[in-house]
Amino acid sequence: MTALYTLTDLSKRYTRGRESITIFEELNMTIEQGEFIAIMGPSGSGKTTLLNLLGGIDRPSTGSVECEGVRVDKLSEGNLARWRSANVGFIFQFYNLMETLSAAQNVELPLLLTNLSPKERKRRVRTALEIVGIEDRAGHRPAQLSGGQQQRVGIARAIVADPKVLLADEPTGDLDRSTADEVLETLQLLNKEMNKTIVMVTHDPAAAGYASKELHLDKGRFVAKENA
Amino acid sequence: MRQTLAVISLNLRSIPRRLGMSTATIGAVALVVAVLLGFQAIGNGFRATAERSGAEDIAIMLREGSQAELNSGLSRDQARLIEVADGVARDETDNGIISAELYVIVDGVLRGAQTEANIGLRGLEANGPSMRQGFSLVEGRMFSPGAAELIVGEGVQREFLGFELGQEIRLGTNNWTVVGIFSTGGTVFDSEVWSDLGVLQNLYQRGSSVQSVRARLTSPGGLEQLQAYVENEPRLNLDVQTEAEFFAGQSSGTAGVISSLGWPLSIVMAIGALAGAWNTLYSSVDARAREIATLRAIGFSGFSAFIGTMAEAVMLSAIGGAVGTAIAAVFFNGLSFQGLGDSFTQVVFDLSVTSDSIVTGIVLAVIVGFLGGIFPAIRAARMPILAVHRG
Repeated sequence: MTALYTLTDLSKRYTRGRESITIFEELNMTIEQGEFIAIMGPSGSGKTTLLNLLGGIDRPSTGSVECEGVRVDKLSEGNLARWRSANVGFIFQFYNLMETLSAAQNVELPLLLTNLSPKERKRRVRTALEIVGIEDRAGHRPAQLSGGQQQRVGIARAIVADPKVLLADEPTGDLDRSTADEVLETLQLLNKEMNKTIVMVTHDPAAAGYASKELHLDKGRFVAKENA
Repeated sequence: MRQTLAVISLNLRSIPRRLGMSTATIGAVALVVAVLLGFQAIGNGFRATAERSGAEDIAIMLREGSQAELNSGLSRDQARLIEVADGVARDETDNGIISAELYVIVDGVLRGAQTEANIGLRGLEANGPSMRQGFSLVEGRMFSPGAAELIVGEGVQREFLGFELGQEIRLGTNNWTVVGIFSTGGTVFDSEVWSDLGVLQNLYQRGSSVQSVRARLTSPGGLEQLQAYVENEPRLNLDVQTEAEFFAGQSSGTAGVISSLGWPLSIVMAIGALAGAWNTLYSSVDARAREIATLRAIGFSGFSAFIGTMAEAVMLSAIGGAVGTAIAAVFFNGLSFQGLGDSFTQVVFDLSVTSDSIVTGIVLAVIVGFLGGIFPAIRAARMPILAVHRG
């Protein structure tokens, strides 16, 4: 396997008033292409912060985030936005769908940043919705969908532009057990069948069980556990 | 471009979620525009009425330096000199077609307010009425020479009490009988009452003096001939101009002041509308923080978020502008109004919402939208992407 991400001596500190809060310090990590990693850890351990740094929506205090040779932490805002649109698909705990758009229109959003024709965009949206098994809800608005269906739309939006990595922040945190399992099976399918690299932050050990590797982040250090 | 259009569409589609605040913003802008257009309608109506009143082939002569008929004065002899002047048209008996006129102010009672207001009472010679373009007797008959009889302009009859046909009315210390109602097609003369010149001179003890002389010109070139005649006649110290020039000059001051009055008021109100727009749009940005951040996380630019918010602001204001324009058009346009003219008499005229005013109103609305949107739009563009995690 080849390395997709290389994190070197990564530190993140916040300043609150005069107080400096260290989230993690000198973190080193490699994420291989095709891995499905679950990051676990107690609240405040920096799981989501790490996900933000991987996705280029936050910048490290020191250290580097490298993705296929690109220093993500050094990109300008404009280049970072372009890099995100081409390489990263985000899946959020609360789905973050646009309430006024249909499922298909939500899924199409990342494609509006490409040069694809409307016909091709439509085809890809249909394919993405089929992959997550929700093509029959294409015309429905988020308010007309269940939580599980909304998260499937969120996953379809994340994969529609064929990014290299999916970053999922507590993707089942707002779902019941059986719906959560369905969503996690979909993520597992994307990893195994489509070789998508997935980094998922979760509190839920059962959810982490779907990943190929679990990383426990605590006090700024990783403890790895390979899943069967 | 596609991403910007998508964000604009998202912004606009989300307006119903903030219906109350959006409606308040639209209402505030509508009020600003309606007030501005209201004042402009008064100015436009007054200007149009005054300009409509003046003919190109009628010369009006006032004492040199007089700004209005009220502060002018001519002797009967001077009037007779004009009757034989070059450039003045002649009737079939070779007499110059002129009308020496006296203009006094009388009190009338307004129908609506029941308060006193000034009315112009004009004494004319026989040629006087026919020298007003569009003159016609709507009801009754012409006043008789030597009789204390009045014919009343339509505007006066509409807005003042006591000028019904056949009615006797006391003006000052004199009793008059209304024998006719006339129209000049919406000119300032419709706001006057007319009588025989000799009677008015007698009742107001003006001897044989008059305040203005109107003369029908032989041709457009007749004015220069008449001016040359007056210039070379030492007994005449008069300003000579066409009636059209006279009324254009008379209206420009008053109409300009009225139209200008609307601006300071509208600007103060526009500042209030701006505060409303800021409130609405900041709320919009805050309510959509996660949405905006999500789009930024996906790869949309901050610029598209900026344009989306600006589009919402400009659209709300433009709707407000359109509503304000519609209000002005429905409620003001054509409304009969009376205002103080340059001769300190009430001039009755119809308000006029012109296309220029509408453009001005819409431009003002868009400016309010632009200024109201710019700071919230900057906030949207700078929205931290980490807001994607807000619950």
